[in-house]
Amino acid sequence: MSMSAPIIEVRDVVKTFGKIKAVDRVSFAIKRGEIFAFLGPNGAGKSTTIKMLTTMLRPTAGELYLDGHDVTREQAKARKSFGIVFQDPAVEEELTAYENMLFHAVLYGVPKAEQQPRIRKLMALVDLWERKDSLVRTFSGGMRRRLEVARGLLHHPKILFLDEPTLGLDTQTRNILWNYVRKLSQNEGMTIFFTTHYLDEAEDVAQRIAIIDHGKIVATGTAAQLAKQTKTKNLEEAYLKLTGEGIRDEVSEDFNGLNVRSVMRGR
Amino acid sequence: MAEVYILWWRHMKRYLRTRSRIIGAVGQPLLFLLALGYGLGSVYKQAGQGNYLHFLVAGVILQTILFSGVFWGMQILFDKRFGFLKEMMVAPISRLRILLGNALGGATISLFQGALVFIIALAIGFRPDNWALFPLAALIMLILSLALTSFGAGLASMVDDFQGFQAINNFLVFPLFFLSSALYPLTNAPELLRILGTINPLSYGVDALRYSLIGETHFGLAKDMLIIGLTLVVCVWFAVNRFNRLQV
Repeated sequence: MSMSAPIIEVRDVVKTFGKIKAVDRVSFAIKRGEIFAFLGPNGAGKSTTIKMLTTMLRPTAGELYLDGHDVTREQAKARKSFGIVFQDPAVEEELTAYENMLFHAVLYGVPKAEQQPRIRKLMALVDLWERKDSLVRTFSGGMRRRLEVARGLLHHPKILFLDEPTLGLDTQTRNILWNYVRKLSQNEGMTIFFTTHYLDEAEDVAQRIAIIDHGKIVATGTAAQLAKQTKTKNLEEAYLKLTGEGIRDEVSEDFNGLNVRSVMRGR
Repeated sequence: MAEVYILWWRHMKRYLRTRSRIIGAVGQPLLFLLALGYGLGSVYKQAGQGNYLHFLVAGVILQTILFSGVFWGMQILFDKRFGFLKEMMVAPISRLRILLGNALGGATISLFQGALVFIIALAIGFRPDNWALFPLAALIMLILSLALTSFGAGLASMVDDFQGFQAINNFLVFPLFFLSSALYPLTNAPELLRILGTINPLSYGVDALRYSLIGETHFGLAKDMLIIGLTLVVCVWFAVNRFNRLQV
């Protein structure tokens, strides 16, 4: 792979759940070290795209590449290249905060000698070191989120996916998170792909923004370019012009996978 | 192997932190042992079949391993519902290892609970016929634990909700237990029960265990071991096959 080749490449990707087309022929490419934001209303296809890129869902059609590896055919290699902070909570409540971090460090191949210092550094960063021995069950929503963010950074991946990472975080923690993410991008050349509902975050942090709606990318560019393209003053106006003012419903999780009735029918 | 170990370690932590699960899982077989063992003991004796409590021990050990194995295998379903499965599934290790770590964790717990029930049986007066066969009993319990946890993991990969788990328990696990030779000898059972008992692989597990504990066997040890060995292979294949297709 040459350094100029895109580290993330998505070609004509489609994902359907039954009759619903969640992602409809999406294509984009992201450069090594770039900070890229995915903006869109609820149910626009942001999380579905991230799930396909991170091997959690198989695309109905199209191709996805991470660091030159076909995500569908070379899952294990693709997985080595990224880390992710999920949109929904994904912590083990019956383990302590430290144990959750240790679990991740071992599972994601952090060298043994580096496990303890890294865990300590990251937990201190999100202000949880004092609570390291508390069961996660006793944590508030914000604390769990902070723990997950720290965990996602633990194994220094080439690409970091952040699916609405700041949901439910206070301004202080949001700032800490984004400063750290910027540092990772600058110092380690880490590629950052994030989704968010906060337009100011996208404007401040992302070098390039894609706006997705009804499963299709409707515009791509810097915040300034998007405003220019839509003949509006700023990103927020551009965003509303592109996606409309209506309120959206999210497609339920239950659309993917089987339910018990189909199992009992013998599938 | 560090990854497999940490997956296993997590189950141990969870298990040891929730004491109520330990008591709950052993309570039901104990109830069977006491209520049925003593309650039906005299009738069984009058029918000329010997000591029912002794007969029943292998059955309740199997019951413990069956319910516990399926439950801990089904932990995958709980992880899917509570989001933790994603954390494991996108890790840069093969699905086979993820499954292995989880299944070994569940199997260890099942084996431990089976052993606990055995110790309780000893405490209320049960004695194995021949202690020299105890290692065989331990081996059979290990095979059954691995097979049934894998079975649970495979099932968990196919369903999406807790109702699915309930349905599996009611329509699959309970019948498998009651229609095996766990609670009654197949020899004099009505034709239908005898046929169902004979096609139920669990019967062979109980039979092997019963042989190693009290020296009684319906099918013969060689046949028993062959069938439970095959059951283990099929269950592991089923789990791998289903888990590989799982999307989160």
